[in-house]
Amino acid sequence: MNLTLHVWRQSGPKAPGKLEQYEAKNVSPDQSFLEMLDEVNEHLIKEGKDPIAFDHDCREGICGMCSQVINGVPHGGQERTTVCQLHMRRFNDGDTIYIEPWRALAFPVQKDLIVDRNALEKIMQAGGYTSCHTGGVADGNAILVPKQDADYAMDAAECIGCGACVAACPNGSAMLYTSAKVAQLAALPQGQAEAAERVCAMTEAMQEAGFGNCSNHYECMAACPKGINVKFIAKLNREYQKALFK
Amino acid sequence: MILDGKCPKGPIQTSWDRHRFDLKLVNPANKRKYKVLVVGTGLAGGAAAASLGELGYNVEAFCYQDSARRAHSIAAQGGINAAKNYPNDGDSIYRLFYDTIKGGDFRAREADVWRLAQVSNNIIDQCVAQGVPFARDYAGYLDNRSFGGAQVSRTFYARGQTGQQLLLGAYSALSRQVKAGTVKLFARTEMLDLVVVDGEAKGITVRDLITGEIRTHVGDAVVLATGGYVNVFYLSTNAMGCSVTANWRAHKKGAFFANPCYTQIHPTCIPQSGDHQSKLTLMSESLRNDGRCWAPKKKGDNRHPNDIPEEERDYYLERKYPSFGNLAPRDIASRAAKEQCDDGRGVGPGGRGVNLDFSAAIKRVGEHTIRERYGNLFEMYEKITDENAYKQPMRMYPAPHYSMGGLWVDYNCESNVPGLFVLGEANFSVHGANRLGASALMQGLADGYFVIPYTIANYLAKTKPGTVSADHPECKKSVEDVKAYNNRLLNINGKKTVSEFHRELGKIMWENVGMARSEESLKDAIKRIPVLREEFWNNVKVTGKGEELNQQLENAGRVADFLEFGELMAKDALHRNESCGGHFRVEHQMPDGEAKRDDENYCYVGAWEFKGVDKEPELHKEPLTFENVHLAVRSYK
Repeated sequence: MNLTLHVWRQSGPKAPGKLEQYEAKNVSPDQSFLEMLDEVNEHLIKEGKDPIAFDHDCREGICGMCSQVINGVPHGGQERTTVCQLHMRRFNDGDTIYIEPWRALAFPVQKDLIVDRNALEKIMQAGGYTSCHTGGVADGNAILVPKQDADYAMDAAECIGCGACVAACPNGSAMLYTSAKVAQLAALPQGQAEAAERVCAMTEAMQEAGFGNCSNHYECMAACPKGINVKFIAKLNREYQKALFK
Repeated sequence: MILDGKCPKGPIQTSWDRHRFDLKLVNPANKRKYKVLVVGTGLAGGAAAASLGELGYNVEAFCYQDSARRAHSIAAQGGINAAKNYPNDGDSIYRLFYDTIKGGDFRAREADVWRLAQVSNNIIDQCVAQGVPFARDYAGYLDNRSFGGAQVSRTFYARGQTGQQLLLGAYSALSRQVKAGTVKLFARTEMLDLVVVDGEAKGITVRDLITGEIRTHVGDAVVLATGGYVNVFYLSTNAMGCSVTANWRAHKKGAFFANPCYTQIHPTCIPQSGDHQSKLTLMSESLRNDGRCWAPKKKGDNRHPNDIPEEERDYYLERKYPSFGNLAPRDIASRAAKEQCDDGRGVGPGGRGVNLDFSAAIKRVGEHTIRERYGNLFEMYEKITDENAYKQPMRMYPAPHYSMGGLWVDYNCESNVPGLFVLGEANFSVHGANRLGASALMQGLADGYFVIPYTIANYLAKTKPGTVSADHPECKKSVEDVKAYNNRLLNINGKKTVSEFHRELGKIMWENVGMARSEESLKDAIKRIPVLREEFWNNVKVTGKGEELNQQLENAGRVADFLEFGELMAKDALHRNESCGGHFRVEHQMPDGEAKRDDENYCYVGAWEFKGVDKEPELHKEPLTFENVHLAVRSYK
C-alpha cells in the first residue's frame, strides 16, 4: 500500500518545528509502524537528507522507548499497543498519517519525534523504592503476600514508563504513571514502612517537574499500552490523604 | 599463555565462602574516596551500581537509553531460577549447579557456576524485599514453574514479565542511590573507548548522544555490564541498540574475548515474515510447559494445522527426548526444529516454522488458565502475526537470542586488564556453550548484587584512589581517537546505508556461522567479512554531523564494530573442531545427529587477544577441569 505521511521535524529543543510531507510506498501490511519509518529513512538517507529521528529499542512492546503520537493518539490508538507493535495492516492504502512527538510541558522535544522524559526519572528518584539494603534481607517466603495483593501489585507494576499517559492527558498529568508505582508498593507488606513518605515525595516531585493534575478525563488509561487502570489514581489519592492525616 | 581463572581450591561447597573471606576489604571511610564507572544499567549493571553506591563508593553509571529502566533485561519474560526447593521436588544448590554445568555442555568453570547456584537463593529474597511482585499462591507463598533443561520447578516468575519486574527492582534501588547522591546517572551516553593507564583500566570515553560531545570520565575501576552481541546476525531477539561496541573497544585495548562462537539460538521465536523485518520476537520458553511442538509427518502438508489429524502429526521433541519432552534445552530444541524444516515439513510461509500447540492444554485446564499463564504472550503473538493462538497452533522458528561468549574474566569477574570488571551477558563465565532458560536473569543479578561488591573491593584495596585525572595524556588521546574515528565515518559519504551493510553482514553470519557451521561455511565467512568491511569503509553513507543527536552515526559505529567482531566469531568457530552446546559443527556429530564434543582437545576456554584489525588474533587457553560433575555425554533422552 501507499501512504502519505506528515511528520513533525524539529532540529533541536529551541528550534522551531513543522510538519513535513513524505510518501511511503509499497508498504507491506506485515510491517510494523517503525519498520515502515525505517524504510522511509533509508530513502531519505540515499537522497542525502536528514532521516527522521525517533526513539525505539526493544521493538517488543516492553522497553517503553518508542513514543509517537499517530493521528492525534499516543502509540496510534490500537488498544494496549506500543508503536513498535502497531502493524501496517491497521491502515488502508492511500491513508494520510500524521506523526508527532509526545507533547507536554515536562517533556521538551530533543529532535523530531524524540522527547526528554527525564521528569519521570525525578518522580522515581523521589521515592519509588523500598529502602532495603543489598543482602541481609529475610527469606522470600517469610513475607507472605496474599495472591490477590500480589496480583493487584502486578497489575500496577506493568507500567513501562513510556509517558503516553502524559501525552494523552489534556493537563499533561503524570498521575497514572506515579500512581502505578505508589499502588504497587502500597499493596505489598514490604512497601508499608515508607508508604506515607513515599506518596508525599512522589507527589511533590510530580508537581515540581511541571506535570499537571488529574481532572478525570481517563485519556491516560485509553492511551496506556499496558492497560494500567485509573483505579490506581484513586489509590494514589487515598494514600496521599492517609499520609496527610497521619 | 595459559590463563588463570583464579578459582578457589578445595571443596566446592565452601569455595565462595572461603574466597569471600580471603578477599581484601575497603574500610567504610575510605570507600567514598574511590570512584567506579559502571557501563550499562540492566540487571547486572543496575544492580552493581546500586549495590556499590549503597556501600559508599562514588559511582557513575552510563546507559545509551534515555532511562536506566529500558535496558534489554526488561524483555526477558519467563523467569529466574533459584535453588530454594520450595516445591519440595528435590532441588538443591548442587542440583542447580549440576544442571547448569551439564546444560552448558561442560564448557563453563565449575567454581563460578557453584557460586551462581549458591547466591541464586539470595537473589529471590533481595527482589522480594524490593517489592518485586512475584507470583504467589493462595496461601501467600512464592509460586514456581519449570523451564527447559531441568526436571524440577525452580523458576520464579512475575506473569510473563519477570525481566521487567526484576529490572524495575534494580532500577528502583538505583533511583534511591541517585537521590542519595552516591550514583550519578548518565543516560543517552554511549561508551566508545576504554582508557588504560599503565596497564590498568582507569576511564572510559563516551559520546553524549544528545549533544554529540565526546569526553572522558575517569575512575579507579571500570565495570562493563553491556549485554550481548547477537545483533551481529542483524535479525535477533535483542533490542535495536544492543551492540558489541563497548566490549569490542575494550578488546581493542587489551581485554581478551572468550568463546565468541558460543551463541544461543532460541527455539521459540515468531518466524520471519519478510525482508522488511528489523527484528525477531521471542516467545517465552515457559510456553513449552503447556505447548506441544509438532510438525506434519508428511512433507509439504499445507493443510490448516487444525485439519491435520493426530496420527499425521510428529511430536518430535516428545518422540526424541521422552524424559524432557518439550522442555528439552534450547540448543537441542532449536536444532530439532530446524531439522523438521530442512526436511521439508516446516509450516507457514517458506516452510520456516513448526507448530506450538496449546489445544491439549486448553482441553486439560481450560482456556481461562492458559490465558492467565501466558495471556500477554498470546496477545503479542496476535499483534505480530494476526493469528489467534487459542484457536490454532503458534508458529515458531529459532532465532539468535543470547551470547554465552564475552570478555574473559577470572573468578573475581575481573578481565585480564586489571581494574576492568565485566558482568552479566557481557562476560563469558557461567553458561558454557549453552545457557539454560531463566539463568540469564540469575547471572545478571548474581554478578551485580552479590559478586562484584566483594570482588571489586579486593582490587580497590590495593589501588590508590584518584591517580588519573581527565587531562591525563591517555584520556586526551582517547578523545582524539574517538573523534577521528567518528569523523572518518561521517566523511565517507558513499552510496549504501548503514542498515544495508548490517543486513548483508547478518546474512553472511546467519548462513555461515548460525545454527550449524562447517569448515567450509566458516572459511567462506572469514573470506567475505573483510571484503564487506572494506566496502563499508569506502561506501557507507552517514548523514549529519558529530556534534548533534545523530542516530545514523551511532549505528554506523556499532555496525563497524560488528564487521570486525563477526570475523573473530567465525575464526573461533573454525578453530573449535567439535560440537558443544550452541556451537554445532556439522562435521562433528553423533550418528543420531547429537552434538559430539571433543574433551580431549577442546576442554578449554578460548580467549583471543587483539593484534590489529587485519591481523591474526592470538589464542590463549584456559583449561577447564571437572572435579564435581564428571565429563559425560549430555543426554536428555
